[in-house]
Amino acid sequence: MEMINIKIDNKNVQVPKGTSILDAAKSIGIKIPTLCYMNLHDLNTEHKPTGCRICVVEVAGRKNLVPACATECTSGMEIKNQTMRVLNARKTVMELILSDHPAECLICPKNGTCDLQSMAQEMGIRHYHYKGEQSTYIKDRSIAIKRDMDKCIGCKRCLTMCNDVQTVGALSSINRGFMSVVAPAFQMDLSESVCTYCGQCVAVCPTAALTEIDHTSNVIRMLADPTKTVVVQTAPAVRAALGEEFGYEAGTLVTGKMVAALKDLGFDYVFDTDFAADLTIMEEGTELLDRLSRHLKGDETVKLPILTSCCPAWVSFFEHHFPDMKDIPSTARSPQQMFGSIAKTYYAEKIGIKREDMIVVSIMPCLAKKYERDRDEFKTDGNPDVDYVLSTRELAKLIKQASINFEELPNMDFDKPMGESSGAGVIFGTTGGVIEAAVRTAYEIFTGQSLHKVDFEQLRGMDWVREAIVDFNGTPIKIGIAHGLGNARKLLNEIREGKSQYDAIEIMACPGGCIGGGGQPLHHGDTNILKARQKALYSEDKNKTIRKSHENPYIINLYKEFLGKPMSRKAHELLHTQYFDKSNPVDIVKD
Amino acid sequence: MNTHKKRNILICQGSTCHQVAKENLIDAFKSKLKEYQLDEDVKVVQSVCFNKCTVGPNIIIHPDNVEYSTVTSDDIDEIIMLHLLNDKIVERLVYNQVYENSGSDKKQYRIALRNCGFIDPEVIVDYIEKNGYAALGKCLTEYTPQQVIDEIKASGLRGRGGGGFSTGLKWEITSKSEADQKYVVCNADEGDPGAFMDRSVLEGDPHSVIEAMAICGYAIGATKGIVYIRAEYPLAIKRLQIALKQAKEYGLLGRDILGTGFEFDISIKYGAGAFVCGEETALIHSMEGLRGEPTLKPPFPSVSGYLGKPTNVNNVETFANIPAIINRGSKWFASIGTEKSKGTKVFALAGKVNNVGLVEVPMGTTLREVIYDIGGGIKDGKKFKAVQTGGPSGGCLTEKHLDLPIDFDTLMAAGSMMGSGGMIIMDEDDCMVSMARFYLEFTVEESCGKCAPCRIGNKRLHEMLIKICDDKGSEEDLMLLKNLSTVVKDTSLCGLGQTSPNPILSTMENFYDEYLAHVKDHKCPAGQCKSFQRYYISEQNCIGCMVCARNCPVNAISGEKKEVHIINQETCIKCGVCMEKCKFDAIYLN
Repeated sequence: MEMINIKIDNKNVQVPKGTSILDAAKSIGIKIPTLCYMNLHDLNTEHKPTGCRICVVEVAGRKNLVPACATECTSGMEIKNQTMRVLNARKTVMELILSDHPAECLICPKNGTCDLQSMAQEMGIRHYHYKGEQSTYIKDRSIAIKRDMDKCIGCKRCLTMCNDVQTVGALSSINRGFMSVVAPAFQMDLSESVCTYCGQCVAVCPTAALTEIDHTSNVIRMLADPTKTVVVQTAPAVRAALGEEFGYEAGTLVTGKMVAALKDLGFDYVFDTDFAADLTIMEEGTELLDRLSRHLKGDETVKLPILTSCCPAWVSFFEHHFPDMKDIPSTARSPQQMFGSIAKTYYAEKIGIKREDMIVVSIMPCLAKKYERDRDEFKTDGNPDVDYVLSTRELAKLIKQASINFEELPNMDFDKPMGESSGAGVIFGTTGGVIEAAVRTAYEIFTGQSLHKVDFEQLRGMDWVREAIVDFNGTPIKIGIAHGLGNARKLLNEIREGKSQYDAIEIMACPGGCIGGGGQPLHHGDTNILKARQKALYSEDKNKTIRKSHENPYIINLYKEFLGKPMSRKAHELLHTQYFDKSNPVDIVKD
Repeated sequence: MNTHKKRNILICQGSTCHQVAKENLIDAFKSKLKEYQLDEDVKVVQSVCFNKCTVGPNIIIHPDNVEYSTVTSDDIDEIIMLHLLNDKIVERLVYNQVYENSGSDKKQYRIALRNCGFIDPEVIVDYIEKNGYAALGKCLTEYTPQQVIDEIKASGLRGRGGGGFSTGLKWEITSKSEADQKYVVCNADEGDPGAFMDRSVLEGDPHSVIEAMAICGYAIGATKGIVYIRAEYPLAIKRLQIALKQAKEYGLLGRDILGTGFEFDISIKYGAGAFVCGEETALIHSMEGLRGEPTLKPPFPSVSGYLGKPTNVNNVETFANIPAIINRGSKWFASIGTEKSKGTKVFALAGKVNNVGLVEVPMGTTLREVIYDIGGGIKDGKKFKAVQTGGPSGGCLTEKHLDLPIDFDTLMAAGSMMGSGGMIIMDEDDCMVSMARFYLEFTVEESCGKCAPCRIGNKRLHEMLIKICDDKGSEEDLMLLKNLSTVVKDTSLCGLGQTSPNPILSTMENFYDEYLAHVKDHKCPAGQCKSFQRYYISEQNCIGCMVCARNCPVNAISGEKKEVHIINQETCIKCGVCMEKCKFDAIYLN
């Protein structure tokens, strides 16, 4: 690699050719402030629209200041980061951005986690020198995401996530100049767009321009209602991230404290979505084996690969963009919906209460789950299987509001029967986890042999698209894994064009899988946090006595007592679903 | 059968003449000529600006070179009877007051506009007769691509779109970028308010641009050309389409041009009229179907442009110079102009001068020559105050700059710029703060909104100027205004924001007293800012009739009957109704 010599603030630095000024400065411990810039290192996503102009530096010989994030170092370059000119420019631009931002930090949902707020703090802004008109736009509340564009600072990170990473294309810049704003086409509401509610825009938004729809007060009301039995389920990825909201290091598992907190909050039964994940494996795994063995027997009507269907954003994505392939994904419902369905039938019956008197609350790392719970297929006479969905962030808020001292909480266990799960259920929260869980069960059923080693390292990792061949005792099973909807699109296009042959594919909409979900504590672009969460889930799996879904005694019992066997008529009715063609939802030729 | 002298009647279709004409003069002339059976011998040609917009509609009769002004359809009979049939000039239509001794033609030198108005732009033969496409032929048969580049480099031609970058060098960089496909783009997104140089070239001489693009294609190794033109230029588009069709028919575009094996074709892309799309990266994004927003340079379009391929973007006027340079040689071109700025520049002269319109002058001509000799001096004998060059992002130059030779570098050094050639003259009645406000209004409107300093900074600058013009400013505002202007200029992403504060900075530099007068003395020295006006009632003249009080829409006037009335300055909105209604001249302005 060609190395070049440059000078930053009179210090000599040697960097590889092509290095940005920002990275060069970082290499010698100079932190140039950035605002719109975002680098998701392990996900090959660098966002540098050079729009905020906060990272400007002085380069000898250049007439104007240049953005450090996007300017490459050239040999002999002399860079100044600390001159009056630079500092004044940054501060003035920061004041400009603040002058077009509502000054309501104290009551803002992002108070304390806002990048703009911390940057203003870092720069020591104490006055609004430039006051004037503020740009305002219509507020947009969808089922899962709230858009308050008055707080948008135009960093356009959401555009990179929505268009480049996810290739959903729900958002774009519209209008011009002072009134330019990020919005769905024709400034329609998000609900009328192709948005999948994956929440990646929310996850990277530096301010409160994009936030989740808050359901905490609804849940508080239900907890206070003596006529309701409130059941809660917690998704696997939540336990690996919730601690971050209470100052724990990323990757700290707080499962026991989380259960204790939920009990303190007054939930009647604290269950685990991992239980439902095991149930999903039973159904989805059986479906995979059924399709696979029919295919191997030469049945031409069988379509392979089978695609996972746990992720509601992914489901929404293929309904919008690949409706012609809607019969390929597994018909199995997601663990959240399986849980709701079983809770309001089997469990309600078991504890002798009516469906209407049971409230099912989910704690999810995800915003699309808020949308999934609202789908008509998951309602009985208008009563939804899952009543409320709280994101990991909302749960943390709820715990703080209830004055619970999280650190002091004891470790407690989930309630039985729907709180018991295998290690397979736990790893549902990371990319590669669902398919690994499915392989553990499918292998044993298909081959009739017990697995010696349950860890399938070849399925793990953080690469956008991975493929692996798992040997089912002489039958090679080709598996594909993609996280991030953009990569899902690539895989689907290959399948559609007949370029790739897979037997099974796992897709998760969010980078990293559910651990990087739109409802998780904000990672502020630090992908090391995602890796730490992933590691935590694999370690919880490792520490479980039961590692395979079909060995979960409570699952075995559920089939015995209630469902019969996987893919039975009752299982179909309660645990499976169908998909719809949602292409072209917008009729543009309206007059 | 009568045989008459062959003549062309050139009818100005510049925006001003076109608008002041109450009827379609072209059709009127055509039908009259038919009546007189002269339509065989006398051709009616739509022409471009003659630089006499104030007395339009204007026509010129060729080859006699007689110009008639304020022509209406009622004059046609007389023109035909006297001039065409009897070779007598219709004296009453000749406008010769200021213009006569102005030496306008002497000072002007037409290269870019050489054919405009002299040929029928819809007839390719007219262009060919004027040595058209000879330059292309010369390049294809006598020069290697590198020789073409060397010739352009030697000519010293610099980009006429505003940047002033060496055209030859730009071609050379693009020619050296390796790619399977390269593009030649003609930037016809002329967006400066009041500027119509490029439109005039395209309307008056579209083939010169086509020819130049083909030459550029040959030089840089591109087979595709695209003209990015504002959709608001329907006539230019129509002419261009006709010209492209004809060029193809004549084998001057397409495969195997002039039998040399060289292939080049041109298509048209329409812009929606966003000013920022004149910036080359924004223009390229717009052509790609994306939002017209600039991106950071480097990479420059000559390395990675349209669809990621090396792209050479030049403006219309730049291209229009190319065939002339090739035909007459780089030495000839380099002999015109100043040391570092060669050739001529077309300006759209506007504002308070007697002769407004398009002028083309050699580089190095002084502002004084343009304003007084060509422009005929300031209107109504008023005093010259300032000239704004370079359009909305240029700067204001004053009396002391009048003898500066105009070229890229002197204008820049004086705190303004060449820009694409806007030139607006202001007199003593123009308030400089108000002028800066006007330009900022434009840039706020035209900012794409991508970078914070331009999006918010220009808005705040505009708001501060409004505040100052509304008599609400303070000295602190002047400090903030200056700081913010400097920062916006220093930190903005593209040329728009990097230059938009120029009108403020240059007026603050040259007319700081005027700013101070607004915020300190609460006066607008030019008397243009309405908020500083005060209406008073004269004690001598007021008889207390109460008419003013009754008519005041905001009840700002008080006083008993038959007593002197008083205007409450706090309430007064300066509408002037009182003054209008008063029959005793009792109300006066300070």
